[in-house]
Amino acid sequence: MHGISFDIAHMLAGSLVLVSFLQLYQDRLSALINTFAVHALVLTASVAWQAYVQHAPHLYITAVIALVFKAIIIPVALRRIVIKLGIHREIDNVVGVGLAMLAGIGLVALSMVVMLRVTAEADPLAREDLAFALSVVLLGLLMMVTRRNAVSQVIGFMSLENGLVLAATGAKGMPLVVEISVAFSVLIAFIVIGIFLFRIRERFDTVDVQALDRFRGERR
Amino acid sequence: MVVTALECVLALLVLAPLAIALGASARASIIVYGASLLLTLALAIIALLVLLGHGPAAAVTLPLGLPWLGAHFRIDALSAFFLLVINLGGAAASLFALGYGRHEEEPARILPFYPAYLAGMNVVLLAADAFSFLVAWEVMSLTSWALVIAHHREPENLRAGFVYLLMAGFGTLMLLLTFGLLAGGSGAYDFDTIRAAHPSAGIAALVLILALLGAGSKAGLVPLHAWLPLAHPAAPSHVSALMSGVMTKVAVYGFIRIVFDLVGAPAWWWSMPVLALGAASAVMGVLYALMQRDLKRVLAYSTIENIGIVFVALGLALAFKAHAMEAAAALAFTAALLHVFNHSLFKNLLFCGAGAVLAATGERDLEKLGGLIHRMPQTAFVVLIGATAISALPPLNGFVSEWLTFQAILLSPQLPSWGLKLMVPAVGALLALSAALAAACFVRVFGIAFLGRPRSDAAVAARETDSNSLAAMYAMAALCFVAGILPGLLIDGLAPVTQMVVGHPMPAQGSIEWLSIVPIAESRSSYNGLLVFVFMTVSGVLGAFAIHRLASDKIRRGPAWGCGYPDAGPRTQYSADSFAQPIRRVFGTLIFSARETGEMPPPGSTAPARLTVTLRDPVWDALYAPIAAFVAFAAERLNLLQFLTIRRYLSLVFGALVLLLLVLAIWP
Amino acid sequence: MAVIADFAFQGAQMLLVLLLAPLLTGFVRKVKARLMRRQGPSLLQPYRDLIRLLRKDVVLADNASWLFRAIPYLIFAATWVAASLVPTFRSGLMFSWTADLIAIIALLGSARFFLALAGMDVGTAFGGIGSSREVMIASLAEPAMLMIVFAIALIAGSTQLSTMAAFMNSPEVGLRVSLGLGLIALVIVAIAENARIPVDNPATHLELTMVHEAMVLEYSGRHLALIELSSMLKLLLYVSLIACLFAPWGIGGAGANAGLLLLGVGAYVGKLAAGGFLLAVFETSIAKMRVFRVPEFLGAALMLALLATLLRFVSRSF
Repeated sequence: MHGISFDIAHMLAGSLVLVSFLQLYQDRLSALINTFAVHALVLTASVAWQAYVQHAPHLYITAVIALVFKAIIIPVALRRIVIKLGIHREIDNVVGVGLAMLAGIGLVALSMVVMLRVTAEADPLAREDLAFALSVVLLGLLMMVTRRNAVSQVIGFMSLENGLVLAATGAKGMPLVVEISVAFSVLIAFIVIGIFLFRIRERFDTVDVQALDRFRGERR
Repeated sequence: MVVTALECVLALLVLAPLAIALGASARASIIVYGASLLLTLALAIIALLVLLGHGPAAAVTLPLGLPWLGAHFRIDALSAFFLLVINLGGAAASLFALGYGRHEEEPARILPFYPAYLAGMNVVLLAADAFSFLVAWEVMSLTSWALVIAHHREPENLRAGFVYLLMAGFGTLMLLLTFGLLAGGSGAYDFDTIRAAHPSAGIAALVLILALLGAGSKAGLVPLHAWLPLAHPAAPSHVSALMSGVMTKVAVYGFIRIVFDLVGAPAWWWSMPVLALGAASAVMGVLYALMQRDLKRVLAYSTIENIGIVFVALGLALAFKAHAMEAAAALAFTAALLHVFNHSLFKNLLFCGAGAVLAATGERDLEKLGGLIHRMPQTAFVVLIGATAISALPPLNGFVSEWLTFQAILLSPQLPSWGLKLMVPAVGALLALSAALAAACFVRVFGIAFLGRPRSDAAVAARETDSNSLAAMYAMAALCFVAGILPGLLIDGLAPVTQMVVGHPMPAQGSIEWLSIVPIAESRSSYNGLLVFVFMTVSGVLGAFAIHRLASDKIRRGPAWGCGYPDAGPRTQYSADSFAQPIRRVFGTLIFSARETGEMPPPGSTAPARLTVTLRDPVWDALYAPIAAFVAFAAERLNLLQFLTIRRYLSLVFGALVLLLLVLAIWP
Repeated sequence: MAVIADFAFQGAQMLLVLLLAPLLTGFVRKVKARLMRRQGPSLLQPYRDLIRLLRKDVVLADNASWLFRAIPYLIFAATWVAASLVPTFRSGLMFSWTADLIAIIALLGSARFFLALAGMDVGTAFGGIGSSREVMIASLAEPAMLMIVFAIALIAGSTQLSTMAAFMNSPEVGLRVSLGLGLIALVIVAIAENARIPVDNPATHLELTMVHEAMVLEYSGRHLALIELSSMLKLLLYVSLIACLFAPWGIGGAGANAGLLLLGVGAYVGKLAAGGFLLAVFETSIAKMRVFRVPEFLGAALMLALLATLLRFVSRSF
């Protein structure tokens, strides 16, 4: 039962959770973008390994999509946006790093409990990978919730999507059509958000969401 | 055996009116404390004999108390162990008091209550029915209350006494309800009948919660701990030693007796509240301790931390027992009992040290002490041993109980319940955190109070304490050392208790070579305190010898280097608050809402700058303040009853009568 | 005969760690210097420094107590005993069962306890800075270390280092997620405990950036030599610990013959060199953190170790 392939799949899924924690830890924007690139690289490796183990060649395409778009194009684009918009390079946190990581551990524990109880009959490799994938999704959401900077919220959204891809590949069967359409929709969402960021920046001189709330008339 | 024990207790009770009769003469304190010393030693020897199996564990029923119940007393393995712990602590405190008692201004306020306090604690342990248990528990609370307000001229002592009385009353109420539920409708209060009855799951759960509240409040579990750091420092030092080192253990005994013995088989979820409260007490206790300036208050909060550790081990034992993992339950339970023993030793020692410091300098405030290692060298040495022991450092005894608790945690993945699977690693991390913070706390206490330079004239004028106090402290220190290097003997001694409570003893340690302890299996883990101590001594001595022979052994004295700055006086050294500042920044901002504000005078002004640190106690704000506010509010409202007209009073009486008649009419 | 051989091996280990510790420190300094395009001191310079210090007179402050004079020997004894119990070239040494990994960590903890007390003894502000920062770092590093021990002990089924090393050497271990997390956390804790960049600068002369150096500011002569030797031993201990747990190849078992043991010694020296090189590269490529970033850094290690333990509790295949 404990083949080396099992262990490598686990290792890669666990590394994805680890990189999600590393993302929570960062407090500088450029380091966060680099960490996101690493996140996408680990996802690529994990999907490629799943393609090898499950003998599913269409998953290689998913891996290539993840590599090209998420590990190369999107980080480069984000870095360009940050420079062009002159966004403040330090990320403002709602809660401290320590509390955020503690909440992260709680979320990982929660997803372990949920996944391992709900899927009691399924194949053990798939169950535990699903548990890790749910953790990555929850950690991505946590990042979106605890960060004030719009760019870091975008990255949280992207890493959430990485978690979904991990879940889909682990569950042995995400048809290629679905994968391509999901990837394109994420790309479109990204472009739209980028356009909005430019617009907001033009109008208000800042992309700090707290400041935007003030403009919306909501007092804090 | 029981009868002999009861006779010693009676002798202790007789001392109380004798002390009143002797009045405030100098001989009075010597007679009272000397007699207490002898009687507690006798009780300790009786307990040891019963524990080692040499005395019959008999029971006796006396025609006292309730006429249809009588008063049942018995010594079994569990009460024998706790009798040993309590009377060793009592003996040490009495020996210390023989020297320290001379410094008392009003000994007549202390001497009558002291032997009664010891007697009350002993009777709680000897009691085998709920009535005697509760009466003795109340005697214990009331005599200790009288001792807390002994120094009545300071207003904070009176407030401490008030809070203590409230919490003690709350605890007794909880225990009253517990025993009421256990006795059931038949009103059979003796322990044998209660043990034979099997309450339903709901009743048993309620018993657990009530026992946790009742015994836990006396032991000092967070959030019921608020009285402890007020009351323990207010009492005279030998009484503080008894309250912290010994009375909290009586509360632990009460908890074990009710939850492990009387109520029957535990359910699977019972360990979770115990573990949660224990872990919370461990971490919160030591964090509070790090924020305090008063030496005795630090020690009181440290007691809360150690009680938390005991309850974590008890929670693990409860979990293992509920899932029928007997060997693991034995390990966890032995760890809990061993920590009870160890803590009573080093906490007694530390409180006696604090008493010696208080007697020598008149100061309890850490910010006014310093440099005492030069003026009170022997006290410094024994307090150092106590501080090292409480920080769980090998080769002393604190490390052994902590090591056993960690070994029990490592057995927990086999527990099937999901809640426990998630809770135990978190509890383990909190336990490790509290251990590291405890070491930090005692580096601070010893470093500020004894090392460095004196921060006030009182500290400069300190002199060494008298020989009785020193003898008590040396005895405790020696026991700490022996318990650290020969833990196997203690574990074997505890085997009958573990057998009685959990149903399975730990593997026998006496036969293991080189006197190691092997809690589970040889390949899994083992520890040998004696050899670690021998290694360290041999390496240290060898190194010292080699260096002194081959290299150099000269010493010169000079002014302190201090990076070349000229000596600016003792004010520039670190104070207790500044030592705790990094930890306050890391942990305190979140938990205590710690804020530092500095006020700088404008340039050119010669006014002093001021740094203010504010801390809020979260438990007080969340729990006690709302309750106090509610009580005040309700009292305000109900006060209206004082000012009603005669017609209104009559209508109240009339209404009550009609209501009762209605109830009588409707009741089926 | 077998008992004498066992004694000899244990004594050989004790001597080996004592002799290699300054060499490791010298190697790390040399590599750091070379990376900064300096020549750097010779590899044997730490030995010369220690001998020089041993021969000098001790200058004590006027108000230094007997504890101040005794502490260097206590620290040295605790650290040397702990270092002798970590398997280097051979596991199953004669006294390896007297203290398991938890006890070794506690021995290092007692060394740190006494060092912090030494910082408080003379009553200067600098000693206080060092001691208070040191106990803050310890209050996070020690729980992290204990959680790492738990995680690995739950995989290996024991807290005895010999058993753990043997298990990690066997094919049953596999690639576990919790081991990966534990390795990262252990490296972070090792850096913090040994007062290396980014937590503390071992070569600083600025008092406000000191943690370890501030505590030993008042020591001189043979006392300072012993404390320096103890920190070198501690570095060796941590590198050996990482090597023994995560790269246990070459450690001979209890019945190994002379050839295998020599191979073990050679492998051990190689691992020390690799560890020292990696440490030097890491220290050169990263800046020192400000003091109040260190708790976040160590808090991350504690979280990782807690996650590793949690994963082991949740499922046996993690």
